[in-house]
Amino acid sequence: MAEIVSLAEGVAALVEDGDVVALEGFTHLIPFAAGHELIRQGRRDLTLARMTPDVIYDQLIGAGCAAALIFSWGGNPGVGSLHRLRDAVEHDWPRPLRLEEHSHAGMANRYAAGASGLPFAVLRGYVGTDLLRHTSTVAIVTCPFTGEELTAVAALTPDVTIIHAQRADRRGTVQLWGISGVQKEAVLAARRSLVTVEEIVDELDPRPGAVVLPSWAVTAVALAPGGARPSYAQGYYERDNDSYRAWDAISRDRQTFLDWLARDILDPVRSPA
Amino acid sequence: MSTPGRPEWSADEMMTVTAARALAGRVSCFVGIGLPSVAANLARRTGSPDLALIYESGTIGARPRTLPLSIGDGELALTADAVVSVPEIFNYWLQPGRIDLGFLSAAQLDRHGNINTTVIGRDYRRPQVRLPGAGGAPEIAASCREVAVIVRHRKRILVERVDFVTSVGFGDGPGHRARLGLRGRGPVLVITDLGVLEPDPQTCELTLTRIHPGVELAYVLEQTGWPLRVSKPLEVTPAPTETELAALRALTAATEGGDHA
Repeated sequence: MAEIVSLAEGVAALVEDGDVVALEGFTHLIPFAAGHELIRQGRRDLTLARMTPDVIYDQLIGAGCAAALIFSWGGNPGVGSLHRLRDAVEHDWPRPLRLEEHSHAGMANRYAAGASGLPFAVLRGYVGTDLLRHTSTVAIVTCPFTGEELTAVAALTPDVTIIHAQRADRRGTVQLWGISGVQKEAVLAARRSLVTVEEIVDELDPRPGAVVLPSWAVTAVALAPGGARPSYAQGYYERDNDSYRAWDAISRDRQTFLDWLARDILDPVRSPA
Repeated sequence: MSTPGRPEWSADEMMTVTAARALAGRVSCFVGIGLPSVAANLARRTGSPDLALIYESGTIGARPRTLPLSIGDGELALTADAVVSVPEIFNYWLQPGRIDLGFLSAAQLDRHGNINTTVIGRDYRRPQVRLPGAGGAPEIAASCREVAVIVRHRKRILVERVDFVTSVGFGDGPGHRARLGLRGRGPVLVITDLGVLEPDPQTCELTLTRIHPGVELAYVLEQTGWPLRVSKPLEVTPAPTETELAALRALTAATEGGDHA
């Protein structure tokens, strides 16, 4: 059964230095509050997995939490580059970042294989691309039935997956809806999981198309209202597109980024108002 | 390009209108973010009201009232026929070849229609510029029945050979897609802000088949990174109609911030 914990307790208990950590949420329901807690707790040497690193991993990478990144699209959607990611790859700042790079289809299938308890997944993909030459977790296999050559991708089984959802009940059963991305697969593929939620309710009334993760399939649930901002939570708040645009200027320069980190993430804890 | 002294439309507007027209007659379109998304949404507001827009966030048949900034904006989910998971959108919908047209953009596009969105520079580990990467594009380029690419026509974008093959067009040339087992036809159309390029049926080399009104051919050649072949006779793209321009401007004006390039 999932334990109901505070966000700080959940991160402290579930995430260790050096872990493979996946924070999933495809544009929608990105677990920003949990990412910021990882920064505050000073986690180091993480291998961060995420299909779209987005602003949250730009922040974790800039803060020096990551040794490696497993991903498939590392931009600021509709805005441009992730400057902290680029600075790490192009100039090793604040430390070198090892990349394991995939396509979306490959990443989605890697999580699905992990969730299925299989060592790999099969798809049509990557063939003819240069990704095959640089990524060791992709290989060509032969279909035992037709002889056709297909692509295999290794299962991705994070030590911890963290997601954000709209709601949980008091037993820790999680319900999320809207664009559900790859969160179900990422949670089921992981050894441990932490779900932050907008609210904890007595009763989860059914929602059409909702993803439900039973309490016994989740390690811990933490209340974090607004925990996906500046991403969004359908039914609660909209995507803050202006904030995504503003990140471009904040992240472009190292000192501006460090000032933001101190002011918005670290200081509010050191000197609570 | 407008007639000198009479600026009636911008080069970007000409490009977007041309791209939207190219979607006529299609049933379904897998839409990349940025320029493809603007054109696909314009198509739904002009010649192709029933076009099913599919975004990699899992939204099928989205009818956004304003242009989304990302491929996963809430507006896409709220207006879609169906919202499915990311594994499902790639495995069940894209992979079997159900989708008519994949609509992509590129940081570099080469003479054989191969796309780079990964790195600028030949050293992958130490690139001159680290670009966002593949996203859904490799499998969109492989598995959609056909692919259209929309890019601004610049010498640094339309290059002889991409620095990194993120998504395969025609590979090294004729027959390469078949040898790789790619089942879609590949990039049948490239729409730029200067004209339209299509693959030569024999060589698969992108060839200028149309030029936008007011654009000088010499300028197109100068802005192409390989010796560009030109169809004879070279057609001129019909100018944007007032209806098309009004729809495009309403679409971009209604959208917070405006610039989705």
